[in-house]
Amino acid sequence: MSNIRHLFLASRSGLLGFRHVGAAKVKFSINGQHFATASSIKSPEIQIQSFTEKVPNPPLEKHDHFRLSELFTLKDLFDARVHLGHKKGCRHRLMEPYLYNSSLDYDILDLDKTEEHLRLALNVTAQTAYRGGIILFVSRRRQFCHLVETTAKECGEYAHTRYWQGGLLTNAHIQYGQGVRLPDLIIFLSTLNNVFQQHVAIRDAAKMNIPTIGVVDSNCNPSSITYPVPGNDDTPVAMELYCRLFKMSINRAKDKRRQMELLQGLSEPSSSSS
Amino acid sequence: MAANCGRVVRLLLGKSVKFASPCNPLTPQLCRQISCSSALCRKNLASLGPEKFTAEFIQKQIEEFEIGKRHLANMMGEDPENFTQEDIDRSIAYLFPSGLFEKKARPFMKHPDEVFPKQRAVQWGPDGRPFHFLFYTGKQSYYSLMHELYAKVLNIEKHQDRLRAKGLFSAEPKQISLGTSRWLTKEELEATLVETISSHDYDRFIQLMERMLSMPYSSLEEEFILRYRQQLEAQSMHQIVPPLQKDEKGVDFSTAEGKRKTSRSSVVVRDCGSGRITINGEDYLHYFPVLQDREQLMFPLQFAGVLGRFDLEATVSGGGRSSQAGALRLAISKALLSFLSETEGEAMRQAGLLTPDPRVRERKKPGQEGARRKFTWKKR
Repeated sequence: MSNIRHLFLASRSGLLGFRHVGAAKVKFSINGQHFATASSIKSPEIQIQSFTEKVPNPPLEKHDHFRLSELFTLKDLFDARVHLGHKKGCRHRLMEPYLYNSSLDYDILDLDKTEEHLRLALNVTAQTAYRGGIILFVSRRRQFCHLVETTAKECGEYAHTRYWQGGLLTNAHIQYGQGVRLPDLIIFLSTLNNVFQQHVAIRDAAKMNIPTIGVVDSNCNPSSITYPVPGNDDTPVAMELYCRLFKMSINRAKDKRRQMELLQGLSEPSSSSS
Repeated sequence: MAANCGRVVRLLLGKSVKFASPCNPLTPQLCRQISCSSALCRKNLASLGPEKFTAEFIQKQIEEFEIGKRHLANMMGEDPENFTQEDIDRSIAYLFPSGLFEKKARPFMKHPDEVFPKQRAVQWGPDGRPFHFLFYTGKQSYYSLMHELYAKVLNIEKHQDRLRAKGLFSAEPKQISLGTSRWLTKEELEATLVETISSHDYDRFIQLMERMLSMPYSSLEEEFILRYRQQLEAQSMHQIVPPLQKDEKGVDFSTAEGKRKTSRSSVVVRDCGSGRITINGEDYLHYFPVLQDREQLMFPLQFAGVLGRFDLEATVSGGGRSSQAGALRLAISKALLSFLSETEGEAMRQAGLLTPDPRVRERKKPGQEGARRKFTWKKR
């Protein structure tokens, strides 16, 4: 099953060449007047292929290439109170497989499942960051808005913890301008918005074929999220843990990338100088 | 032409629509004829938005402006190094005289930063990655300002906590001196951020700034707060008294100006004791044959009770006889202030001698005979 997921990721990153982007510039003339079909900016697909050609990518089949399992243990998750869920009344039907037990009506999430899902999610993050993908952190919790934005700034990625305007992903060419590149991975540090409804970005990302990672609490819907991570999204300690883990995995991947590029440059000086 | 159109429309619509291509008639594909008139292919230029100027274009314009400025200075025979914008305006007005009423339609030569509207350059690099970490929010400048502001609030709170822990927290620390200043208006903030914000966003910004101001140790971020405050110019209602000067013979005199409708006058009041009045070199009896105008001239002197004391030397231009008389009256009253005491000056102000008359000629409106007079109303 992990192979399918990895293939999906590969196809998303354009490695297998399935990515469809805006058409390249085509000039034609009708009755002597010249027109162009689409924007004259070079499509990002060409950029990404030249990016990946330079350095060989780590094999996707190899499990945990960046050794991200060292970053956290089960005890760390327990100490950060990741296992604490909401009350039985708030419980979402689809979260029942991820629950371990409930004591005094308070749901407790199964940390074994959380650990496995979190390792997968961190692996995906690292692989995307390694290939120079754009990662967008999303959270609508006002308490942690500053923390999430600082995390994104420190690892050189992007954040959106503010009011989500309707067409940011689906109407991107109008919102941002022609030739914009959409995020390659969206990480939800909290899947609900301020009125306890599912964040619009989950649906929009699914529409635009963008893989998502989401920290789902016991009152959230994990169905549309590609890599759900069952865990607590209300406690500051837990949020700091997640931010730290994602930041470290992205930084590790980027450092490894820079190392490989340097090695490539040293081993083949003729090709790198051209 | 048709084949060309067909190929274009295929590229436009992608692989979803299949055409009955004339080269292979044997392929049993679903074919759908799409109309491909030139009207469809023509791009709606208006929908692209305002024209975008690249940074290189603006740079080139600036270089051309600088070179042109030097040429202009040489043409006018002035120093190219110290050629200011006022000199440029003067030279252009001289070289290209224009009778157009609309000032903005006349020829001008201004720095490109004033001509081309400030725009945002392309926000991402060659690999497609945006430069700003909040690019995907849509309002990156505003949200990064809010982020920075909140970081400063947290910083101040941390500082306060540290002081409390050490026991050095004082109840009345140094406060920021705001003076007579106000917060930047929404339009001014938009101009600083080069980005439109909604009124709700602006209210949030002001709320957070007020919260930061209310904290006792807000003086830590004084420089940041003052950046978003605008000083109010103090408008004093107090009348400015012209200074009393002494000429070579030791006679006190003062100068003042006055205006009414389109007349402008300047008066020099000398403490000679003769009571002579000269207007534009002529005696006042010759200049103002009408009694009413001379009464207007004398009124301020008669009110202050100094009829024979002062010597007036006046110049006046523009307008008609009545408005010239009014302008002179105002100028005389203002000049007299420097010779009189405060109470007498106050009495003159209350008499209305120091107030410039704001009435000007009202324009004629179309569909009416004059400013107010309508055409004769006919029942049928």
